[in-house]
Amino acid sequence: MRQGPAIAIAALLAATGAGAAELSIVSGAIGRDIETLRDNLDRFEEMTGHTVSIVEMPSSTTDQFAQYRLWLSAGAGDIDVYRTDIVWAPQLADHLLDLGEKGREAAKEHFPSIIESQTVDGRLIALPFYADAPALYYRTDLLEEYGLSVPETWAALEEAARTIQEGERAKGVNDFHGFVFQGAAYEGLTCDALEWVASHGGGGIVEADGTISINNPEAAAAIDMAAGWIGTISPEGVLGYKEEESRGVWQTGKAAFMRNWPYAYALGQGDDSAVKDKFAVAPLPSGGAGSAATLGGWNLAVSKYSDEPEAAIELVLFLTGVEAQKLRAVRNSSLPTRPALYDDPEVAAAQPIIPEWKEIFLNAVPRPSAPTKGDYNEVSKEFWDAVHATLSGDGDAKRNLARLEARLKRLKGPGWD
Amino acid sequence: MKALKAAGFWALIAAILLFALFPFYYAILTSLESGTAIFTPNYLPEAFDLSNYTFVLGQGVFGRNVLNSILVATLTVAISLGLGLTAAFALARIPFRGRGLMLMTILSVSMFPQIAVLAGLFETVRALGLYNSHGALIFSYMIFTLPFTVWVLTTFMRDLPKEVEEAAIMDGASPFVIVTRVFLPLMWPAMATTGLLAFIQAWNEFLFALTFVSSAEMRTAPVAIALISGASAQETPWGPIMAASVTVTMPLVILVLIFQRRIVAGLTAGGVKG
Amino acid sequence: MMLTLLVVAGWPLARTIWFGFTDASLGNLDEARWVGFANYLEWFDYGDGEGEWFGLLADEQWWRAVWNTLYFAFVTVSIETALGLIIALALNQKFPFRGLVRAAVLIPWAIPTIVSAKMWAWMLNDQFGIINDLFLRLGLISAPVAWVASADTAMIAVMIVDIWKTTPFMALLILAGLQMIPEDIYEAARVDGVHPLKVFREVTLPLVAPALLVAVIFRALDALRVFDIIYVMTPNNSETRTMSVLAQENLFQFDQFAYGSAASTMLFLVVALVTLGYIRVARLDLGSGR
Repeated sequence: MRQGPAIAIAALLAATGAGAAELSIVSGAIGRDIETLRDNLDRFEEMTGHTVSIVEMPSSTTDQFAQYRLWLSAGAGDIDVYRTDIVWAPQLADHLLDLGEKGREAAKEHFPSIIESQTVDGRLIALPFYADAPALYYRTDLLEEYGLSVPETWAALEEAARTIQEGERAKGVNDFHGFVFQGAAYEGLTCDALEWVASHGGGGIVEADGTISINNPEAAAAIDMAAGWIGTISPEGVLGYKEEESRGVWQTGKAAFMRNWPYAYALGQGDDSAVKDKFAVAPLPSGGAGSAATLGGWNLAVSKYSDEPEAAIELVLFLTGVEAQKLRAVRNSSLPTRPALYDDPEVAAAQPIIPEWKEIFLNAVPRPSAPTKGDYNEVSKEFWDAVHATLSGDGDAKRNLARLEARLKRLKGPGWD
Repeated sequence: MKALKAAGFWALIAAILLFALFPFYYAILTSLESGTAIFTPNYLPEAFDLSNYTFVLGQGVFGRNVLNSILVATLTVAISLGLGLTAAFALARIPFRGRGLMLMTILSVSMFPQIAVLAGLFETVRALGLYNSHGALIFSYMIFTLPFTVWVLTTFMRDLPKEVEEAAIMDGASPFVIVTRVFLPLMWPAMATTGLLAFIQAWNEFLFALTFVSSAEMRTAPVAIALISGASAQETPWGPIMAASVTVTMPLVILVLIFQRRIVAGLTAGGVKG
Repeated sequence: MMLTLLVVAGWPLARTIWFGFTDASLGNLDEARWVGFANYLEWFDYGDGEGEWFGLLADEQWWRAVWNTLYFAFVTVSIETALGLIIALALNQKFPFRGLVRAAVLIPWAIPTIVSAKMWAWMLNDQFGIINDLFLRLGLISAPVAWVASADTAMIAVMIVDIWKTTPFMALLILAGLQMIPEDIYEAARVDGVHPLKVFREVTLPLVAPALLVAVIFRALDALRVFDIIYVMTPNNSETRTMSVLAQENLFQFDQFAYGSAASTMLFLVVALVTLGYIRVARLDLGSGR
């Protein structure tokens, strides 16, 4: 039974594969990811006779994006397969191949929200490699000590964070904070703020049909709420925090709650962590319209300038297939994009946190990268600028969102492109 | 009074050293720590854990990357000093019209933002077939080392008294002989300094090195440092990054120690009394 | 040599200026159409009688970036020159272990920018940074300061790092200048019993001036184009966004290649203006050989 899918894929590949091709795949160099990728590639090479080399890139995503844009716009055929962030594919769509019938067939087995984000003008340009979605990390020991339950709304979170912070500070832990998140002016803030807005029923900045929806009272209330945290339950420095800074505060035991991605889970359970076995995760709180988690993750796309497009598509299908995703889930706790794998007993046995994330995925919201196409990065920057200004006390959300709307309208012009 | 002066002087030296070295010292401390210990500030070594170093050096190609950096930086410096010296001789010693304009043109190359030339340079590199080779880097590094060397060498050469070459000219020496036999020995402090500064610039360059070279074996040290990563996209592995930075900085320190003799040499006052 | 420079620098430069006058996007550089000065300044009519000015010269963010750039360059270069001069004078004295000290001083310049920017961001971190810890212990501040995050201190933070990193460059160039001054001038002054300050003002400074001025020019050029320190330490922060950072964002992060090219061209013009002004003021001797 376990051999089933592998044989099926092998047969499929044998049927289409003509001759041995030399491929190269470019990927951000992230610790064990590269090792596991290599192992998967070895299996692919064995099955097809193609050879695949890995081009490693720095883990900074903005650096990667600038490079890929440059390479693709120069029509460089040196790279066949690109590992792309979930928000990039629409911006690079002109240079990427449609993955065709076989791709569309495979796409049915993945989370539909991800597939939707990778479809531009009806062309499927990338298949999901693995997914990412944030959760609320909370200290089980502290909640118990102060007799609190896991907060399900932002108001409850505020209340709990304040109680614990005051209690801990009274004990003399002066640098204890209630809640840490990502407040620096960068893509991470767009993710955080989109969750606040969406969970208040304030929409998704730009809707699927291209309408700019951000200037509404619910969104303003959500952002004003977050502005109220600065200097009260969150340190002022949170305005410069990215993922690692928040994790630093959290992992040294100096925070009661944290909003972060799944990676912080394994690190928090490390032997030298001050919060080992003292925390758990839950879906992010709701603002009245349900919990919302920004969808992140990576996809695989094929360059239009590839010399071996057939073989490159085969590679993408293999790496996004059941076996390859399962190996990544078991070894690296990368979240699969196939719902079926969340119920897989082997995955659950190796990485117990993965099934916990299924519920979070059901509430995942995509960033507006598909409707805004090539303008997404600028839309996102305008959004995080407006939010960052509000958090820093430079105007209230109402004023800043009205200005944001005007700027986005100018950017959109007659239509997004 | 004299003792007070000496004490003041040493205090100044100590302040300079503290200013320059404290962050580097802190980097070494960090490179010897791991895990959560990195998140707590400490001033004295609390751990001596070489695992970050073995991790970095055990990554296969890191040593190779350092060698690449040495090769690229050395060749860049050699070529720019060679070209720079010739150009400086022409600009400082041979009178011709439009010299000021020439110097300004050379300078203007340094006025353009590096990122703006990236796309154009990328096309040039590909057109010349230099993509993914050390040639691409040496070629593109000229863009910042050449103007700098030409300018500095010109300034220094102009300050040398005319008498130094007049004797040689009377003996009928060619410009080449004048440059190599007369100027070269006098220019050592300036040459060593500019060479060293150009070397460090080429050594530290990141953007071009990332863009023009794609295979792991051809990459230079700064790119290799940027490639060091944690177990996930959001994690920053401070320990290994600091270990790699310390490793990369060491060759430069040694280089400075060797070259500073040359820098010290200075002008022998007696030789050029005007 | 001029040919090398022309190929290396001239071609990309010319292309960038050209793209600044087109509607190019990185995706289709070949189909770029000429749009005149639209990237610089353009009246955009909404079609209902109302309209608005667009383009770089009407862009609030761009003006902000210009100001940030000039401010950054002026402050850092001034402080670096002063510190560099002091360090160079000290290192020009004879004392034991001089070689080691000289090597040590150069270390900040030798650490790759990418790394030193990250390292300082870490040291300046509000919660676990050593700078706050140190200042708290010394009683200089009463609560941790969010150096990189706070709007008031972000600029100071990047300036500190730049000064730390590039002062060695200044010091070394000035030192080379000092080395070129013949010993016997000092001998003569010492024999005549001239006050050291007077020697400095009337002998050292004029003689080291050419080297100093050139060092300042190159530092200023670099400071005006500052990119990586800010890009790594405080990306996307309008308090520290300089002209280079703005150009990079438009060129590669946003789909605004033409606008980014125009921004680069303007940066080039601003730098050229400042440099020309400086050369005029400093009465730098370009033409005549002595």
